[in-house]
This record gives sequence, structure tokens and C-alpha cells, in this order.
Amino acid sequence: MGNLSMQGKQVYAIADNIINSLGFSTTEVIQQIEAEQTGIYQHEIEAIYPTPFWASLVNNEQLQTQINKEFVGQSVEHYFTRLEQMFLLSIQDVLRQTNIDVKSKRVLIIIATTKGNIDLLEQANRDTWYYEKFAERLDMSYMGDVLQKYFGNPNQPLVVCNACISGVLAINIAQQLLQTEQYDHIIVTGGDLVSEFTLSGFFAFKAVCDGICKPYDQDRTGINLGEGVATVLLTTDAKLAQKYSKIRIGGGGSSNDANHISGPSRTGDGLNIAIQKAFKQAACSAQQIDYVSMHGTGTSYNDEMESKALGLANLLDKPMNSLKAYFGHTLGAAGLMETIVAMASMRKGLLFKSLGYTKHGVSQPIQVIQNTQKHKIDYCLKTASGFGGCNAALVLAKIES
Amino acid sequence: MMKFTQSCRIHEKKIYRNEALFYSDQALDDKTNFKTFIKGAYKYLGQSYPKFFKMDRLSKLGFIAASVLFSDRVLSAYAPEEIAVVMANRHSTLVTDTKHCESIKNREAYFPSPSVFVYTLPNILVGEICIRYGFKGENAFFISNQFDQDFMYQYANLLFQSGETKACLVGWVDYKDEADYSAILHLLET
Repeated sequence: MGNLSMQGKQVYAIADNIINSLGFSTTEVIQQIEAEQTGIYQHEIEAIYPTPFWASLVNNEQLQTQINKEFVGQSVEHYFTRLEQMFLLSIQDVLRQTNIDVKSKRVLIIIATTKGNIDLLEQANRDTWYYEKFAERLDMSYMGDVLQKYFGNPNQPLVVCNACISGVLAINIAQQLLQTEQYDHIIVTGGDLVSEFTLSGFFAFKAVCDGICKPYDQDRTGINLGEGVATVLLTTDAKLAQKYSKIRIGGGGSSNDANHISGPSRTGDGLNIAIQKAFKQAACSAQQIDYVSMHGTGTSYNDEMESKALGLANLLDKPMNSLKAYFGHTLGAAGLMETIVAMASMRKGLLFKSLGYTKHGVSQPIQVIQNTQKHKIDYCLKTASGFGGCNAALVLAKIES
Repeated sequence: MMKFTQSCRIHEKKIYRNEALFYSDQALDDKTNFKTFIKGAYKYLGQSYPKFFKMDRLSKLGFIAASVLFSDRVLSAYAPEEIAVVMANRHSTLVTDTKHCESIKNREAYFPSPSVFVYTLPNILVGEICIRYGFKGENAFFISNQFDQDFMYQYANLLFQSGETKACLVGWVDYKDEADYSAILHLLET
């Protein structure tokens, strides 16, 4: 507590929002997680996959209701794609929480996504007005411009497209950019959809669970895809930090396994490199960590690799979890969504049960949280890993009041 | 203080290393397609790397660009985790996305394949380079409508300032179609 990191300027997280199957605000989503409620169900949507599949979907009726409530009279659904509507809601909620001026040159938007408006490529959307109207939004940079224009921000948004580490990486990039004199605040937002495109791909990998996923469990068989958007507002303004939040971004890092493009390393050394970088940037040691929020997708290889990485990083005795059984693997949004839940854990002093885990199923004696419980969390480590052998980690710290 | 030390550029069937022509498609026939060109470059480099043939066009383009850049240079002075790779493009993985869509558009002839699907993420090309050269440092992939050298250099500089990155491969690897592709790689070192 009180350690200053390697960075010149302290970076604080002062507002956030999550939109996923569990709700349209961080508060709603956290309520559901506290109640051990999952948003993963079996769905029969032929347009997305020929047979029933278990996934975490944002309810379309509820999305419509929220859109109509927030953007009265703007006919948003005629001008924005489904994913963009979620981005608008999420960013709007965050802006409303602190009243920063999004139109200022001192504010930047960073967007994390793996496939953007990929629903446009669904067969069921071919020859529809939706595809005709929005086809050019498949260009993720253009999608960024559309969001920038809506909010009237003068800076070209950054679009981070780095597989499943995009969300954590975007926070790390924001923290680094806030060290320059250019920006006071950065809105970091991430989103992805459950689509015919991605689901078929994961099924081709035989990586999809026919049920609710079971991270670190002996009987785990794969992932559940999830969709949604998450947004966090980062600032160097210490006054705003005292007013709105108690969380500081301590530091982060990324790495590559340099081993395989779709399978994680067997040793976990790549992820450990990212973790060590995060520790160094945050001037924090393994001993100081109170809780680890990991990627935990529920595949055989990923979860095993993570347990090895925890061993290498001397974190085996730390309470840890994966949140994927609550709202699925949200790809580009995952790192952001899960970091926000970790921040809620820190603020409430509450460790959330790692849903889906009953029988220990990895080689290392990691401490998977089996029951939601009170616990002081001053330092939290968040990790993510993704296709292409990439890894990212970040340290969150509670600031003194 | 970071310095620019090596570069490679690829476009219109020509490859330049440090601005000198390194390889061009000998057949001046315009019908020579990208596939022939990039395979020709691979053979010209004379390095055996069978994984090359599994890559999609985008990864092949990035891989060859890196291979040319490192053809007379080995980064032995740095630890693997000190070497970063930061890339961007405009079209993400458009061609492979289309290929994946073709494999799933007909429920009666439904054949999505993991070896195609894995290449529907642009950062895979970074992974391929990291695997080939053992680079374990910082990774980042951005989507932007053109190569923003100022931003990429600024970001690389921030990585250098952290003290953990000592070399950074920065660049643009984009593939839209046979007539529209380009790679620009710069090596930056402390």
C-alpha cells in the first residue's frame, strides 16, 4: 500500500460499466455474481449454429429497452449495429458517472475487439437491410470512427485487436499513454459478439463446452462464448480518484510464448514473463498480491498452463478464480469485463466463487476460490492469454483514502 | 534513446531491405499472383521453415518481411523477453475471414477448420514471427486506416522507457487482395 510504481504519473480507474447476459451496469452484473447466478444458457439459434449451444448472450429485448431509454428519439438502431449499440450504452453510462468532457482533445478512446461487427457476415444477415447499411462497419477502424463521431471526441480512437488479451492490453496501453503529456483521461472500452463466425471456429477446435464451463476442474471440456461490452475510465486526476474510486492501475506487461499459435505453452513461462513485468512496473512483489483473477477459459490446456504460471510466479497460495462460468468468454471484452469485476471485488473486499469448479483438475496446487467470502484485497493481479501465444497481466492497487 | 536500425518493405511483388531491392518477382508478367511471389521470396531466402506453408497470406507476408529484415541480423544481444513486436493493419484478416465464411455458409456442406479459423485474428502474424525468432517480449496489434509511424514509434518509445524492452519490431502488414497489400517493418533498438 502506498508503493509508487515505476510510472511517473499515477493512473486511476474512476468509472466503469459492464453490459453482458447478467445486466446492463456493473452494479447489476456484480449483484448476479454475488448471487452465484450464471448468464450461460443453452440456446437454439439456427442462424448462429446448426445445433443447440451453451453461451452467454445479451438479451435483445432488454438491449432495445435500454437503447430506447437512453437515446430517446434518436432511432439508434437505424444508425448503429448491435455491437455499436452496446458500446454506446456502455460509454454513455461511464461518462455519466463522472462528467468528464468527452469532446476534449485531452480525452482518448481506446477500443478492444477481436472481430468487431462480425454479425454482419452471418448468412442470415446476407441480403438484409442490416448488412446493406452497415457492411463497411466490418472495418474495425471505421467502427471506431463511428463511435468517436457519436461522442464528438476529436482524437482518432485506437483499436486494439490482439485476440483474447485485447482488454487487458488496452488498459496497459492506456496507462502508458497517460504517462505522456497528451491525455488526462482515457476511455477504454472493449466488446465482442457471439456470432456464427466465432462459434463455428471454436467448435472446429472442439473447444466448446456442452454445458456451463468448469475452469480448473477435472472434468472441464471447453469454453462458453459470451458477448458484451465493458468500459473503464482511466485518469491521472488524483482529485477525481479520491472522489470516485479507490483503485489505481499499478502496472502491466505483455509477452509471447513463442511456442504455438493456437495452443498455450506447456510451461507457463510466457505468462510468467508478463506477470513479472506487471510486478516490476507496479513495484509490487508476489507476496503483496491478495487475489489473482485469471483467464480460466475451461479448456484442458489453458487452465493447466495457468496453474504452471502461478507456480513460476510464486502465487500458488493466493486465492484465485476465473469468471468465465458467470458470463462466458467475451474475447475482446474479457480482459476489461473481468478487470472491472476484480475492481468490484477490491472495493467490496469480497472474493467471488470460481463458478464451475468442484474437483481440482490441474497439476499445481492453486487455491481456487470455492465460496464467495470476505477478504481484504489491496493488490490484485489480473491475467489474460490468447491465440497467437500472447499473454498480458496487470496489477490493480487500492489507494489510501 | 531508441534508434532505427533495419527495415523491410514489401509491395507490388518487390521486397526492399534497408531501401535496397532485395527480391522481385522475376517474371514481369502481371498475372503472377501473390502466392507465386511470396513462395518465390521464401525460396530465395533459402531458409527451411515448413510451417510457412500452413500460414495464410497475411501471415506469410509478415513472416517474409521479418525474414528479410533479419536475413543479415541476429538479435543475440537481447534476452527474448526484451524484444517487442508491435504491428498494425487496416484489413485485419479479411481474406481468411472470407475463407472461413465459405466453409460455414452451407449447412449441408459445413466444414469449418481450425487451421483456417486460427488465422482469423491479425495478431497471429505476430505469433508466427515470435515463434520463428523466439521473441517473448511485449506484443500489440492495432487496426488503423493507415500506417501511423508517429504513433507506433511513440508507443515503442514508451515500451523502451519502461526499461524492459530493448528492441522493438514495429510495422504494418496488410493484405486486402492481389492488387492491394503492403508490409513495412522497422527495427528499433536502444
